[in-house]
Amino acid sequence: MQAFDEGKIFLDKISREIKIEPQDWMPEQYRKTLIRQMSQHAHSEIVGMLPEGNWITRAPSLKRKAILIAKVQDEAGHGLYLYSAAETLNITREEMIGQLHAGKAKYSSIFNYPTLTWADIGAIGWLVDGAAIMNQVPLCRCSYGPYARAMIRICKEESFHQRQGFDILFTLSNGTGAQKKMAQDAINRWWWPSIMMFGPNDDASPHTKQSMDWKIKRFTNDELRQKFIDVCAEQVKVLRLTLPDEKLKWNDERKHYDFGDIDWEEFRNVVNGNGPCNKERMDARIRAHKEGEWVREAAAAHAEKIKLRQQKAVA
Amino acid sequence: MPQHEWPLWEVFIRSKNGLDHKHAGSLHAADAQMAIEHARDVYTRRMEGISIWVVESKYIHASNPEEASSLYDPANDKPYRHPTFYDLPEEVKNM
Repeated sequence: MQAFDEGKIFLDKISREIKIEPQDWMPEQYRKTLIRQMSQHAHSEIVGMLPEGNWITRAPSLKRKAILIAKVQDEAGHGLYLYSAAETLNITREEMIGQLHAGKAKYSSIFNYPTLTWADIGAIGWLVDGAAIMNQVPLCRCSYGPYARAMIRICKEESFHQRQGFDILFTLSNGTGAQKKMAQDAINRWWWPSIMMFGPNDDASPHTKQSMDWKIKRFTNDELRQKFIDVCAEQVKVLRLTLPDEKLKWNDERKHYDFGDIDWEEFRNVVNGNGPCNKERMDARIRAHKEGEWVREAAAAHAEKIKLRQQKAVA
Repeated sequence: MPQHEWPLWEVFIRSKNGLDHKHAGSLHAADAQMAIEHARDVYTRRMEGISIWVVESKYIHASNPEEASSLYDPANDKPYRHPTFYDLPEEVKNM
């Protein structure tokens, strides 16, 4: 078949909302964009376990500890769904992990901030997972089948993450004065990095148009960010806390909240490796991978031994 | 490339008795036993299944999408295989 026809069939499928599946013809750039986005997403789930894992041993009760373990385990699972979905695009798991460890692949910058108090676990659940959900729900309708299916599974599980975060903050906010202050402090530190999670403004986001045409993305960065801010500005009232933005104000004409300027300089700085925990996170990932090498080796050797034993038994 | 990359497995899960096993995703494991254990951890953390099948991905043979039209076309011109092909008299009920 001519490349021209293949291209036409591909675009026709996209326009008719027919999912693209691994064996189907797809433009090289579509494949590359998906690998970049999906592997970055998978890396974020895996690196995202680190700031939260920091609090598992110090969770204030057995109930909170069990919940946090379950949540961190979910993040590992989400990383694995996404890695295996990305592997359908002809890239191996090892290549992706190699790219992460070599600093060639990115992960969400939000995980380069430290978790200083227990309230940070609440703020991560409410704000960071909240922003992630806002991003991820439209990805359930992404044009690439394996990605969409992985996202459906992830979104189902993610809503417990956000609720448990809100629950932590709500409990702290209704506790002692010091606890309430701790909750407010966590929100103050996590708010701006959270709304940066949606990425640069639309006019500074060169990939957005192509990704929207291919129906990988369904909404622009700014659309999703606005939606998230509108939701949080209401929810924070239930917490009887505030968001750290003096310019945050309901605009009756726009039917949206107005908000202050985002410090994109900070965003670029953290993306480029100069956030508070970039080095620590990468070191932890590389160390875990290295220290796991003997386990992978032993399991492979064991599997080989069993196979040989079975072959002998048959013969 | 490291030396100990585990092979890829496809995972199929039966969500409850009476239903088919359905493809859930894939994962890496050293052998079948480990693949089932990993599948349990990765794909059934919320009672999504009561039975798991795993098969090494390299053993799956798939039809070629480029041949889809010739493969499925013959079915297209046999509409008489569908019950809606037949016009029944009004009086006939429950058929």
